[in-house]
Amino acid sequence: MEIIYSIMNFLLPFEWAKYSFMKNALLAIIIVTPTLGVLSTLIVNNKMAFFSDAIGHSALTGIAVGILIGLKLPIVSMVIYALFLAILIIIIKNKTKNFTDTIIGVFSSISLSLGVVILSKGGNFSKYTNYLIGDLLSITPKEIIMVVIIFILVLAFWGIFFNKLLVVSINPSLAKSRGISVLFLEIIFASLIAIIVIFSIQWIGILIINSLLILPAAAARNISKNVKSYHIFSVIFSFVSGIIGLILSYYIGTATGATIVLVIGVIYFISLIFKN
Amino acid sequence: MKCERNRTPKTSCGLCCTKIVDFNVVYGKNHILKDINLHLHCGNLTAIIGPNGAGKTTLLKAILGQVRHTGQLKFVNPEDNNAANPTIGYVPQKLNFDAGTPVSVMDLFSSSLTNFPVWLRHKKKSRETAIESLTKVKAEHLINCKLGDLSGGELQRVLLALALNPIPDILLLDEPVSGIDERGLTLFYKLVSDLRLNYDLTIVLISHDLELVAKYANRIVLLNKEIKAYGNAIEVYNTEEFKEIFGEVWAKALS
Repeated sequence: MEIIYSIMNFLLPFEWAKYSFMKNALLAIIIVTPTLGVLSTLIVNNKMAFFSDAIGHSALTGIAVGILIGLKLPIVSMVIYALFLAILIIIIKNKTKNFTDTIIGVFSSISLSLGVVILSKGGNFSKYTNYLIGDLLSITPKEIIMVVIIFILVLAFWGIFFNKLLVVSINPSLAKSRGISVLFLEIIFASLIAIIVIFSIQWIGILIINSLLILPAAAARNISKNVKSYHIFSVIFSFVSGIIGLILSYYIGTATGATIVLVIGVIYFISLIFKN
Repeated sequence: MKCERNRTPKTSCGLCCTKIVDFNVVYGKNHILKDINLHLHCGNLTAIIGPNGAGKTTLLKAILGQVRHTGQLKFVNPEDNNAANPTIGYVPQKLNFDAGTPVSVMDLFSSSLTNFPVWLRHKKKSRETAIESLTKVKAEHLINCKLGDLSGGELQRVLLALALNPIPDILLLDEPVSGIDERGLTLFYKLVSDLRLNYDLTIVLISHDLELVAKYANRIVLLNKEIKAYGNAIEVYNTEEFKEIFGEVWAKALS
């Protein structure tokens, strides 16, 4: 860590880069934003925006359950609950075909409310508002290692499963006719999203994580012609807005996650102008 | 003549045969398909026609094994008898992406044919294969186009090229109800007809164009939950069942 810090001191002789919490946050952003940018391409292609939102909301129930059964680390129950919900939604979607949005809406609202009800018992909800907007500046070096592991996980997943998932997103019947196991792929992709959303929530927040999973690809698809450029733009937009958002939030004293979302929102509107 | 699986042009052998035996599909109380028995020979272009809701797409999906059904699909090949799993090529009726999706024709080919991640790059070999297949359907100029920018007819030809990779034993084509102009449609039928003659494929085509069907298909199945008529165009278009659904005009036009 010390070596990385001193390299950063050398490369970034700015006021905001003096503090180690800013260095940590910057490191996290350098790794997290490309991860989310990559993921967002298929989330948008597969029209899973609402799905990832629901997973984010489920985090509150996950925390609540963890506290009820006395877990020290609520992340365990958060991940388990999110995985359970993700797989359940995919299986129901495959059984019933059309009304996925309604199904997700039902689960999403129940999860959110259940979490709020349990956590607000006794008037203590304010303790958990941290999870709503997240705090990127509180990230620790240990957590950065976690972020790196997630990044590698996503890359490996993308290397192995991307092609098949792309065919599924274009036409599930076509995919099946080419011997692709659609249900299996959808379940593991949903699980991957669940894991990443839940881990990111601690730093980025329930209300903001979904923006970072949708906006990069939403902007990128306006100006991309193929899968490769789609990925490149999505990653660049996510990354650049992450860095700009972090620095801006430092100088104007705002929540980092939300500031990043606003920057990428601006990029989205600019991309609309260049839409081909 | 042997029904070789090499990919050189040859005349039809008619010996490979796909037998659909007693297909039944039931959704709840609805009997979607009833007692379907069909023999599909290679080198034949079998068109399935019928009114909306006749179960045409369901039949293709049942052959693909994507719809729960009773009955058997048997594939007989004179070369080896245990060809239990024929390669099936499938051209779906429509794709479920919106026009803005940044996926090029090349991306579609690479992702379907290889495991090498298309977001990194396309292998040279995949590009060559794609160009070769697209040339067969006169669509090689579309290779770098976005799927959403293609016309209905172009997209259909691209999907046909994809379905020919690898060359299937059975080719199932689900024609879109609308969205393809007259010229595109004629070109498509010509291509499919050429494939039948050159590659000795068993082709099943769901069609909505009775005129083109009469011209290019050599077997026609009139389907309305069950098989109402089977034969060549003149035979089928003259049956009472056909006239009841499509009117008298067609029989007159043919004779």
